[in-house]
Amino acid sequence: MDGLKRGAAAIVGVAESDLGQVADGMSPMDLVAQGVQRALADCGLTLKDVDGLFCAMTQARMSIVQMIEYLGIAPKFIGSSMTGGSSFEFHVAQAAAAIQAGLCSVAVIAYGSTQRSVGRKQSSAREINPYETPFNPFMPTSAYALAASRHMHEFGTTREQLAEVAVAARKWAQLNPVAWEKKDLTVADVLKSRMISYPFTVRDCCLVTDGGGAVVMTSAERAKSCKKPPAYVLGCGHGVTHASISCMPDLTVTGAKAAGEAAYKMAKLSAKDCDMVQLYDAFTINTVLFLEDLGFCPKGEGGAFVSGGNIAPGGKLPVNTNGGGLSYCHPGMYGLFILIEGVRQLRGESGARQVKKHDVAMVHGNGGVLSAQASVILGSGATV
Amino acid sequence: MPNDATSPYATYLSHLEKGELAYQFSPAANRAVFFPRVLCPYTGSDKLEWRVSKGRGTVYATTVVHPAEGQPFNVALIDCDEGFRLMSRVEDVAPDAVKMGMRVKFRVHKPGGENDPIPVFTPEAA
Repeated sequence: MDGLKRGAAAIVGVAESDLGQVADGMSPMDLVAQGVQRALADCGLTLKDVDGLFCAMTQARMSIVQMIEYLGIAPKFIGSSMTGGSSFEFHVAQAAAAIQAGLCSVAVIAYGSTQRSVGRKQSSAREINPYETPFNPFMPTSAYALAASRHMHEFGTTREQLAEVAVAARKWAQLNPVAWEKKDLTVADVLKSRMISYPFTVRDCCLVTDGGGAVVMTSAERAKSCKKPPAYVLGCGHGVTHASISCMPDLTVTGAKAAGEAAYKMAKLSAKDCDMVQLYDAFTINTVLFLEDLGFCPKGEGGAFVSGGNIAPGGKLPVNTNGGGLSYCHPGMYGLFILIEGVRQLRGESGARQVKKHDVAMVHGNGGVLSAQASVILGSGATV
Repeated sequence: MPNDATSPYATYLSHLEKGELAYQFSPAANRAVFFPRVLCPYTGSDKLEWRVSKGRGTVYATTVVHPAEGQPFNVALIDCDEGFRLMSRVEDVAPDAVKMGMRVKFRVHKPGGENDPIPVFTPEAA
């Protein structure tokens, strides 16, 4: 992103709140506060140090205002861009800019959702689009299914290849103590599961869980005095192509292409320099599309690329090492969790799922119906 | 400046009531615009002409929705020959028999009651 300095800001603290199915009566803001408290403890800072706040969620129209009330602090700088699940990748770029400009020195980005506890219909207001809603698409699933149908038509991508994405995610989840779904899963299991919106069965679709968390950012200089090794923000980029799926220019090419290119340019890196990819896998087609658009394989070859365990544990490219939205956790706006996983992997603290080489992580958020794409490239101390 | 007398959606709807599929054309961009709006997203110009589609198109993408209750149904994106795309469904054929590249033709569907008419499509060959 032009104007942002490579490596000038870093993520120093990360944490999840309670996940999965949280205690009765727990509010989204309770989960935000859990995340904030734990992420600050992770880096050795306190609420008194925090002077920048960022938040987005579906269960509060003015989440940032609620967050300020709950935490009892008066931040110098706030942000609450709402681009769906990629909001937090946008917030990272905004926080980096604010820190670079001296508008704040310690920024917290947080999220919370009780989607599973209250039910999907209660957790986000239904929006009526007179050009789409009358046809009763099952949103957002049908939008992604339309994109998958087109990818299958143009490139010969198969349902089996899509299922490989879900299988790889499950194998990573089996290595993650806090993942929601850990039962063995095969390609055949995915194909024979309940059909939702062709070509997707329920196993091509992300989980419906509760959950939240937070990340703490500060300047590269201040990051050095924090408890754990910083994850430097090497590159940021975004690409927004449409809001509704009928207005997406080409269903096989996403804004991840522009997002990735901008992030690589700022980071002075390319796909081949990335040791891992943490991307927003709301549906199996996401992983295929984003790996193509972010340059990990040519357009149209994503189906083959994700097959044969290539992105699973032990494969050539570690992708979604926490188990992803498909098997680990998906409270509705999953983008915060890929930042958390990227940072943990860079630090080398991911236990059984730790990847061997861990200096550069591509973190890619997706919002809406393939609408709002944002990439963040994080690097270890060896990269700055 | 006085308020606009009608909304883009109201104009679109008045054509549907007459059995017509209307879209906008932007002379500045020399291309069709859909959904209807007050300015051209390609040029920013507010000079948009209303045109009536010939109602022929091609299936661009398709899915079959399997609701928790009730029968599976089709949802498709249709590329109309005038160069605009819209969400719709293809009727008179099994939902999983709708294929990409299939030629389709427009007809209006009037659900009745409080519901506005909507554009649906049928296979051109039928």
